[in-house]
Amino acid sequence: MATQHSRSAARIMMAPAVFLLLVWMLVPLCMTLWFSVRDFRPLRGGDLGFVGLENFGRFVSSSAFWPAVATTLVIVGGVLLISIVLGVMLAILLDQPMWGQGVVRILVIAPFFVMPTVSALVWKNMFMDPVNGVFSYIWQFFGADPVVWLSEMPVFSIIMIVSWQWLPFATLILLTAIQSLDSEQLEAAEMDGAGPLSRFGFITLPHLSRAITIVILIQTIFLLAVFAEIFVTTGGAFGTRTLTYLIYQRVLESQNVGLGSAGGVYAIILANIVAIFLMRIVGKNLDK
Amino acid sequence: MGRITLDKVRKAFGDVEVIPPLDLTIDDGEFVVFVGPSGCGKSTLLRLIAGLEDVSGGQIRIDGNDATMVPPAKRGLAMVFQSYALYPHMSVRKNIAFPMRMAGIDQAEQDRRIESAAKALNLTDYLDRRPGQLSGGQRQRVAIGRAIVREPAAFLFDEPLSNLDAALRHGMRLEISELHKRLDTTMIYVTHDQVEAMTMADKIVVLQAGVIEQVGSPLELYRKPRNAFVAGFIGSPTMNMLTGEDAAKRGADTIGIRPEHVTISTTDGTWKGTVGVAEHLGSDTFLHIHPDSDPSKTMTVRVDGEFTAHHGDTVWLTPQEEHIHKFDAQGLRIK
Repeated sequence: MATQHSRSAARIMMAPAVFLLLVWMLVPLCMTLWFSVRDFRPLRGGDLGFVGLENFGRFVSSSAFWPAVATTLVIVGGVLLISIVLGVMLAILLDQPMWGQGVVRILVIAPFFVMPTVSALVWKNMFMDPVNGVFSYIWQFFGADPVVWLSEMPVFSIIMIVSWQWLPFATLILLTAIQSLDSEQLEAAEMDGAGPLSRFGFITLPHLSRAITIVILIQTIFLLAVFAEIFVTTGGAFGTRTLTYLIYQRVLESQNVGLGSAGGVYAIILANIVAIFLMRIVGKNLDK
Repeated sequence: MGRITLDKVRKAFGDVEVIPPLDLTIDDGEFVVFVGPSGCGKSTLLRLIAGLEDVSGGQIRIDGNDATMVPPAKRGLAMVFQSYALYPHMSVRKNIAFPMRMAGIDQAEQDRRIESAAKALNLTDYLDRRPGQLSGGQRQRVAIGRAIVREPAAFLFDEPLSNLDAALRHGMRLEISELHKRLDTTMIYVTHDQVEAMTMADKIVVLQAGVIEQVGSPLELYRKPRNAFVAGFIGSPTMNMLTGEDAAKRGADTIGIRPEHVTISTTDGTWKGTVGVAEHLGSDTFLHIHPDSDPSKTMTVRVDGEFTAHHGDTVWLTPQEEHIHKFDAQGLRIK
């Protein structure tokens, strides 16, 4: 099939899709770059002309910048930690033969199909509400004062919501990795005198290392862009303003497209640094 | 020491009894081969001895002590798996050291045992490589090395050569036999290949559907198979089985004659037939002959490599009467 002729035919047929993807990606990117060097305030005078790199300086020197970076890192790190630790445990649990395995696996994966906005609203109104939430009933049942989750521990609450969404993804990838572990290896380790914990530490965990790296890579890229969960819960208040949310505020709340675009360019650079860094780890893992 | 006794050991998965109660004694220092067609329960039996499966009934004794409920690691047995089951993320050295590390043996002793095992198995140059960088035969040797350093009471091999190509398999067969002579430790070896069984074993256990058909030395099984199944399973090419008039004449339901015990002639003999396929091995030739009395049947005859016969030639076959095996209607040997 792979003759010269069929290969060029394939290229021609792929071209429209590739072209569409390129335009889809390049147009917003170019517009972001263009706006980032202009002083553009739609409701306060419109496009006020070229300002060079001034937006970039102002975005970073703003008092909201470093706290936003810190919040972003805490949320990304927290979600990664929770989803991987619980994900490994759940994957091991789901790998055990049990009755109704198929149904249980689908149920575990289900949260991944719920839209971020919806799940955040469900958490906010049905679980974390200090008056009517399920948590407040549980706290009251034990005689404790209900926690006002979103204002008393806002960052933790958001980590919890986002972890709930991403746990299924981590579980799914880790489960497939665990299933590919050769059972004879575990049996060999058992005969070699390794107890359950040693078998986990010496055989299962190293076997999972590549899957864990991939989960970290993919989740980090998506978690850097977490937005809906913050928008519908705290609205960026109580120290939950991430870099993404700060950009949103600059563009829509302050109506300063130029400043927001400069933040967007920073976000692109940051995401690319993470991606390159993690790709190298994955590449190294694949060499083994 | 490594004397293993199975006493009425039985294994069932749910309602399916894969091994009905079975007795077997394996003496210290013996090389025992479990052989049988696939699905006959030989691997399950080995895993019961290893402790990787729980017995459904009966008792396993190792050196006289009841080991039925003892966890695998405490039985003092080492196992070599079909897939080698090496730990891919550890170097060869760490793979071999793993059981000692788990047992808490001190570093100097570990190093000493690794060096001697590596030397014995020609692995010294590969100690710092990972299993993925080794060939099949080398991986097999690492798996054996990992078993040796534990200094077990007995070695268990689960079809260890089935993933190797023919030439390597022959070499490893010799190496394992030599290892057995040198260590003088009990070895239990599972295979479906009767050639491995014949060449390596002190004692062969032929299994079918979880039942022991016969236990004996390779030549005992070859010369005096207890029933038609063992007769057909042991020996290559397989024994010719004849029923009907020829069998009735000798007072049996079925008679068996091995290909090497048939005399061939181009002029006269007991059975007349036509040559079908001739397999030339050089030293020997296996002729597949269709007897004229029933051309749909095939008889295999082993002749000297110098004997020339071509497709379609007419030949006469004469069985050597003293080598004819007689079986009754139940397939049991008639003495």
